[in-house]
Amino acid sequence: MSRLMTRRKVIATALTAIGGASGLAVAARLADWYGLIPPDHGGLYGVGETLTYASHRLLTARGSLAREFSPDQISKVAPVNGPPPTVFDYQQLVRRGFTNWRLDIDGLVARPSSFSLADLRGFPVSRQITHQACEEGWSFIAEWIGVPLSYVLNLVGASPNARYVVFYAYDDDWESIDTADAWHPQTLLAYGMNGGELPAGHGAPLRLRVPRQLGYKSIKYLAQITLVDSLKDVGDGSGSSAPGYGYSWYAGI
Amino acid sequence: MRHSALVRVTHWLTAASFIALAVSGVAILLAHPRLYWGETGAVGTPSLIDLPLPFRLTGQSGWGRYLHFLSAWIAVLTGTVYVLGGMRARHFSQDLFRPLLPAKYNIVQRTTYAAVVFVLFPLMIWTGLAMSPAVTSVLPMLVTSLSGQQSARTLHFIIAAVLVLFVVGHVAMVAFAGFSRHVGAMILGGEPSAPEVQT
Repeated sequence: MSRLMTRRKVIATALTAIGGASGLAVAARLADWYGLIPPDHGGLYGVGETLTYASHRLLTARGSLAREFSPDQISKVAPVNGPPPTVFDYQQLVRRGFTNWRLDIDGLVARPSSFSLADLRGFPVSRQITHQACEEGWSFIAEWIGVPLSYVLNLVGASPNARYVVFYAYDDDWESIDTADAWHPQTLLAYGMNGGELPAGHGAPLRLRVPRQLGYKSIKYLAQITLVDSLKDVGDGSGSSAPGYGYSWYAGI
Repeated sequence: MRHSALVRVTHWLTAASFIALAVSGVAILLAHPRLYWGETGAVGTPSLIDLPLPFRLTGQSGWGRYLHFLSAWIAVLTGTVYVLGGMRARHFSQDLFRPLLPAKYNIVQRTTYAAVVFVLFPLMIWTGLAMSPAVTSVLPMLVTSLSGQQSARTLHFIIAAVLVLFVVGHVAMVAFAGFSRHVGAMILGGEPSAPEVQT
């Protein structure tokens, strides 16, 4: 009798374990399908990252807007981290006032394109006065002027299979955002700041603005945009250069 | 029994995540050890408090942030289990608010315990979330009610400092009352072995 009970117990435990494991596997598949798994989900810290990213994506699922401010709240001091790129290609662009600068867009698009600064300025203008916080702790409020990324994505015919938009910069940094941020109305390709042109230190001639995430997500000195269905084969697979420096891919907190 | 299994397990999970939160919090703070009031603040603008700590821009805020959010999840999930379980077991009503006589702890101890659980921890979660641009895009009141993101950061630091003081006092009182007996009771359950000295 007791042996039978033991055997029953072992079988029940095994079935529970198998059920639990396959349940977890199904949950992971579903979470991945709904875009709730960040590229830096590995390791112990990845557990926290996944919980944060997934809960934020569920919380902001109805396209919540980052807070906007009035012109009198614009900060007089807007610091930057690090100087503009020193590479020859970028210096050449600066010398010619960015007249020969182009933004190339390729990947999962119907019409791979290349835009000049004048092209981008000719598109519908969007302005926002938003808060930008650095992960270090400091912050400022500024006005950003540019074209909504969603407008450009529509223009080049973004494929519905594209799940991430990857950005490459002249300082060798790279970044990526998911579709929730890529199609968000406040996500800008910004060429202006506080009523003027985008200053050198803030990413001239063009930077990304993702106001629902911390400052380092808003990559500067843009050169190229690529649409992909997976980040696994892009660079080291971690989604951006931030994890290489020890920082998380998702920066909404 | 002095402490139920629920209290014992959640106590040590909270202790571990609190240490991780404090260490990683300092790692994040060292990237910019200045505190401000309002929405914005940076080097070149007036600060509220200049902490006597060095600026360290050597990347420790990277693992600091990873560890901080991982341990914050553990602390919040543990705290949720503890509060819901404690309500179900009438731990709060019978031991804290209307204790069965003779009470195991005095009024100062009970008030402090209640304040830590029901005021300070919720304030840490609130001020922490108020710094998140994604969370405040959904719930702007979280940050506007505190008069800005930098105010939330400053309050987060001050309440954390109060919690660290509580932990120091808590460990000191356990030490005075008999460290190994009381730690043993919190690990294994049962009553502290020697005659009780109220602390």
